[in-house]
Amino acid sequence: MLSLLPVLPIVIPLLSGAISLLFWRSLWIQRWIGVGGTGLLLLSTLRLLSEVERTGILSVQIGGWAAPVGITIVADLFSAIMAVLAGIIGFCVAVYSWYGVDERRQSYGYFVFLHVLLMGVCGSFLTGDIFNMYVWFEVMLMASFVLVALGGTPMQMEGAFKYVTLNLVSSALFLAGIGILYGVVGTLNMADLSVKLAQTADPGLVTTLSMFFLIAFGIKAAMFPLFFWLPSSYHTPPPAVSAVFAGLLTKVGVYALIRVFTLIFVQDVVYTHNLILIMSGLTMLCGVLGAAAQFEFRRVLSFHIVSQIGYMTMGLGLNSRLSLTASVFYITHHIIVKTNLFLVSGVIQKMRGTGDLKKLGGLYKTHPSLSVLFLIPAMSLAGLPPLSGFFAKLGLVIAGLRLEQYCIVATALFVSLLTLFSMTKLWAEAFWKPRPDVAEGEDEPRSDDEPMCLTMILPILVLALITLTIGIGAETFFNLADRAAGQLMDPTEYIEAVMRTRS
Amino acid sequence: MNSLILHTASRLLHPLLLLYAVYLLFSGHNVPGGGFCAGLIGAASFALHTFAHDVPSARKLLRADPHTLIGTGLLFAMGSALLSAFRGQAFMTGLWGGFDLSGLGHVSVGTPVIFDTGVFLVVLGVTLLIIFTLSES
Amino acid sequence: MNLLLAIVIGALYSAGFYLILRRSIVKLIIGLSFLSHASNLLVFAAGGLTRGRAPLVPPGSLAPVPPYADPLPQALVLTAIVISFGVTAFALALVNRTYQTTGQEDIDELRRTEC
Repeated sequence: MLSLLPVLPIVIPLLSGAISLLFWRSLWIQRWIGVGGTGLLLLSTLRLLSEVERTGILSVQIGGWAAPVGITIVADLFSAIMAVLAGIIGFCVAVYSWYGVDERRQSYGYFVFLHVLLMGVCGSFLTGDIFNMYVWFEVMLMASFVLVALGGTPMQMEGAFKYVTLNLVSSALFLAGIGILYGVVGTLNMADLSVKLAQTADPGLVTTLSMFFLIAFGIKAAMFPLFFWLPSSYHTPPPAVSAVFAGLLTKVGVYALIRVFTLIFVQDVVYTHNLILIMSGLTMLCGVLGAAAQFEFRRVLSFHIVSQIGYMTMGLGLNSRLSLTASVFYITHHIIVKTNLFLVSGVIQKMRGTGDLKKLGGLYKTHPSLSVLFLIPAMSLAGLPPLSGFFAKLGLVIAGLRLEQYCIVATALFVSLLTLFSMTKLWAEAFWKPRPDVAEGEDEPRSDDEPMCLTMILPILVLALITLTIGIGAETFFNLADRAAGQLMDPTEYIEAVMRTRS
Repeated sequence: MNSLILHTASRLLHPLLLLYAVYLLFSGHNVPGGGFCAGLIGAASFALHTFAHDVPSARKLLRADPHTLIGTGLLFAMGSALLSAFRGQAFMTGLWGGFDLSGLGHVSVGTPVIFDTGVFLVVLGVTLLIIFTLSES
Repeated sequence: MNLLLAIVIGALYSAGFYLILRRSIVKLIIGLSFLSHASNLLVFAAGGLTRGRAPLVPPGSLAPVPPYADPLPQALVLTAIVISFGVTAFALALVNRTYQTTGQEDIDELRRTEC
């Protein structure tokens, strides 16, 4: 069964999705498969991580076709960590969706598409073939298109429209890049590409080519200047869907950037990685300034995704072992925290029926425990010790200082301050200030809040505990991230694992 | 649409197209064909029926829900892929077996056929789901 | 042949981007499918063009005789075509629904999500 381990994170969601399709009419069974399937996914990814951590990079040659010809599924530490995160988010959101997503959406196949989405995400993380990665991206995108439009309210249709358009343009560029890459090098296996590109005579062409990938993945990761689709679409679907999107989808773009720019395009580091660094800085700034101008819970959070993406790519742009370690750590921290914040916004929206900060208020008085659950991820996002975000930012800052990139470090610290301001704004408006008696343009706010249900609170609690654990046990997680970064910086082990003839 | 020509043509063409789809499905391993185009041609035969009559009658003709077709197809494909893993070979390796049909020659059966059947069902289901949904709205 | 393909690809890309920048949602969809066609053709052309040499293994040998047409880009394009078929079908349904629910056909008017 060990040979099957790296493909299990792809197989399990596919099977869960297929079985859910067979029970199209029974929501009850679909919910149970939703929770059970994602739970199994989480277990399999944890097993995968422990196996990779113990024995080194695992690879499977699909169909028994040896590496440069066939498709290789390969799990190094970075992939395995990402897969575990996908498992955690998948499981928490599936539990949350039980009551967090309305029955009408569930009857249109919400859970099926959640499984397909997770399959695409895990596939993108685990594949060792660039064209195969394109296919997984498309699988993930198709599912996300449906999820973002599911339910069909006018707002959602508009959001979906922008989301779909920008992502299709990005896919077309990605495909074009793959085509030219194949024309130049004659292989699609990423390890093989790494070997062969190191010997090519024409680094200028390769650098030009890398821009295709930078733009394609940059759109998906919502980097400056290509991020506008994200804040206009992420707040439209139900909170559970935004939570998965916020946690996983943009991070697939970041993963792809890191993978491609550490393994394949390392010919002209001065040019490409400095460009990434500049883009990162601008991404941080634009995101956080955009957030400052917003007064809707989830729109504020959406802009913060953009600004946080900048931190993750900053580690890539600095291109040292420490900075990549910080990036991996940052991604881990961010996925957990961001999903959690969106889940909290969903609970608030369900209770009060609105996400408009001007109409919210007084939640601390009525729901002190929920407020604490909001405060943990919010302060972690801003980077207050001893929460996970602090160590993530500390790592990046130290890495930046060691490389004497003072400009980006200053930007990062400044943006961090603004993030704190933004989170305080959310806290003050939604939780702290007294509840406005009569909202403008409405007759009277409802006097009673809808009761919270346990299945919606439990995932938030679990994610908050994970944040605390990452913060308190930061050293363990940092060491793991450090080893992952080591494998990224020196791809010899990766290449060897892929080229091994026997799987 | 109420056209006598289309009605008659669809009645005649429907079984022919389905038969052709099955032929393509099974011949696909060695000559052009395979699950994907077989699924499209199978779907075309039902689409023709939909245009000649209406969606409910096409659904009735199909008998199974398109969702069930997709689900079953995925399970077929995954099952064929997993079989080799349980036999100790790499995931998705093709396994071949066969038997002699007295007087007619050797028949080889392998997991790629199961996989193609799965693809056929998925393509049929997805295409019909799209066509039905779009013509119902 | 290469030059002709290059011109066609260029024309498709420019037409695609031009249509995307128009305000009508229907033109947007046409533009998007132009873009995917252009990328497909680009993959096909980038793999190298060899005329009249199918990559078939002659009887008795183990590999086709070079020069032969590279079958891989064609397989890639086939996959990409299937994907763009699904995506285009979805995009059409989405445009249809968007038009029905919002009553807008002008992209510039779709700005409710912005504020």
